[in-house]
Amino acid sequence: MKKWKLASPLAALAVWQALAVTGALGRATPSPWDVLKGLYDLAATGLPRGYHLQGHVAYSLLRVFTGFGIALVIAVPLGILMGWSRWFEAAVDPLVEVVRPVPPLAWLPLALVWFGLGLGSAAFIIALGAFFPIVLNTVLGVKGVDPRLVEAARTLGAREGTILRRVLVPGSTPSIITGVRIGMGIAWMTLVAAELIGVKNGYGLGYMIMTARDLARFDLLVAGILVIGVIGFLADRLIRIVEKRLLRWR
Amino acid sequence: MRAGGSLLSLRGLRKSFSEQKSGRELEVLDGIDLDVTEGALTCIVGPSGCGKTTLLRLIAGLLAPTSGEVLFEGVPVEGPGPERGMVFQEYALFPWRTAARNVSFGLEIAGVSRREARGRADGYLRVVGMTGHDDLYPRELSGGMKQRVAIARTLAVEPAVLLMDEPFASLDAQTRNAMQAFLVELWEKTGKTVVFVTHSVDEAVYLGGEIVGLSGRPARVVRTFANAQPYPRNRTDGEFIRLRSEILAYLAGETAGAG
Repeated sequence: MKKWKLASPLAALAVWQALAVTGALGRATPSPWDVLKGLYDLAATGLPRGYHLQGHVAYSLLRVFTGFGIALVIAVPLGILMGWSRWFEAAVDPLVEVVRPVPPLAWLPLALVWFGLGLGSAAFIIALGAFFPIVLNTVLGVKGVDPRLVEAARTLGAREGTILRRVLVPGSTPSIITGVRIGMGIAWMTLVAAELIGVKNGYGLGYMIMTARDLARFDLLVAGILVIGVIGFLADRLIRIVEKRLLRWR
Repeated sequence: MRAGGSLLSLRGLRKSFSEQKSGRELEVLDGIDLDVTEGALTCIVGPSGCGKTTLLRLIAGLLAPTSGEVLFEGVPVEGPGPERGMVFQEYALFPWRTAARNVSFGLEIAGVSRREARGRADGYLRVVGMTGHDDLYPRELSGGMKQRVAIARTLAVEPAVLLMDEPFASLDAQTRNAMQAFLVELWEKTGKTVVFVTHSVDEAVYLGGEIVGLSGRPARVVRTFANAQPYPRNRTDGEFIRLRSEILAYLAGETAGAG
């Protein structure tokens, strides 16, 4: 079964190459081979010249992990408290529900005023994007813990604080991880969109593909898209590995 | 200190729930009086849905009575406590903890060091015949094994009384019989006071030294049967069959009378 997983990407590549060679795609769309060469140019020469792919990747990762880390550190405890305490949820939930539908990018102008063009504003909107799926899934996870487990803990002598730490937190972990995966996906999307609008230091994958567009270097543009996709995929894989470790009991 | 030498006394225990939709009061327990002597194996038997589980949850302190009281060693029960250990029908094992760490849960939260708790957990797993399964997660255990682990977990906090809520009801017939025999052995070995709730008269006659018959909802104690047959009991024994028939007939009459 496993070998079939490569079938559709390989077929797509073959069709793409064939169409490009026959000229059916026009001058603007590069062939897979052009893209591969573009990838090499990005790493060796850089875009703009001297701004190498490695630097773009490093700065994008820095922004994403800063924003995502902030979201994680706030969203998980907040979600656990919301799932645990009814009055706390009643107090906080309306604010969450009002802010949640706002697309993170809508905050960008305000973020620029607050933090200036730089890591701060990027991290802010990435954190906003990742925050809500993590909070909501954490609340869901805590509420979904079997009430019998809470009762069992009580009859074994557990007080509220112990139940929170030893029953509700481990019991909601599967749902929290789901939130983390969704949040990571959104963080990555938000990052690239934010970088399209602008960066100060000249580094960032989103900024890189905008530069490629400005220079009409479509081979570099598609190569950039490829890099963005692969990194997003790897980030998700990383979370899955952590998930397997943490949820051995499932 | 104890009322009439009993470990556990229920005095005029009533419980009603208000139905959310209609706002009506649903009366579940209608004045239960009961005394449980230390060391006894008491079975509470009654039709499904009569409020047996509610009764046990009141004793455990997971629910508060509408009126009346539960006295443990003469003191009113105001909440759950490890001196009244509960065994649930659906096991309620922590799925993220191994068998051994389920058993050591109560010890860990009582401040016993992890190593010491682990050692004592192994001891209790031995008591319930689960040696060698310490590192398995609940999903890797069969129903009967899960219930053994759950019993070990409750025993580990050294409760004065074991409250068992239809603990064998979701097991297949063969495993259920084995678990009943196991419980009798365990009870003889540990001398624990056991309050065992079941809808099966057969199970009650097999286990109980005293059998408390409840009516249909709202539940009252209709009669208490003494059962002095020696353990282990034989289901084909004349006295066993006679008592089972007597209780069945009695409960059937009560249910019909109430309905």
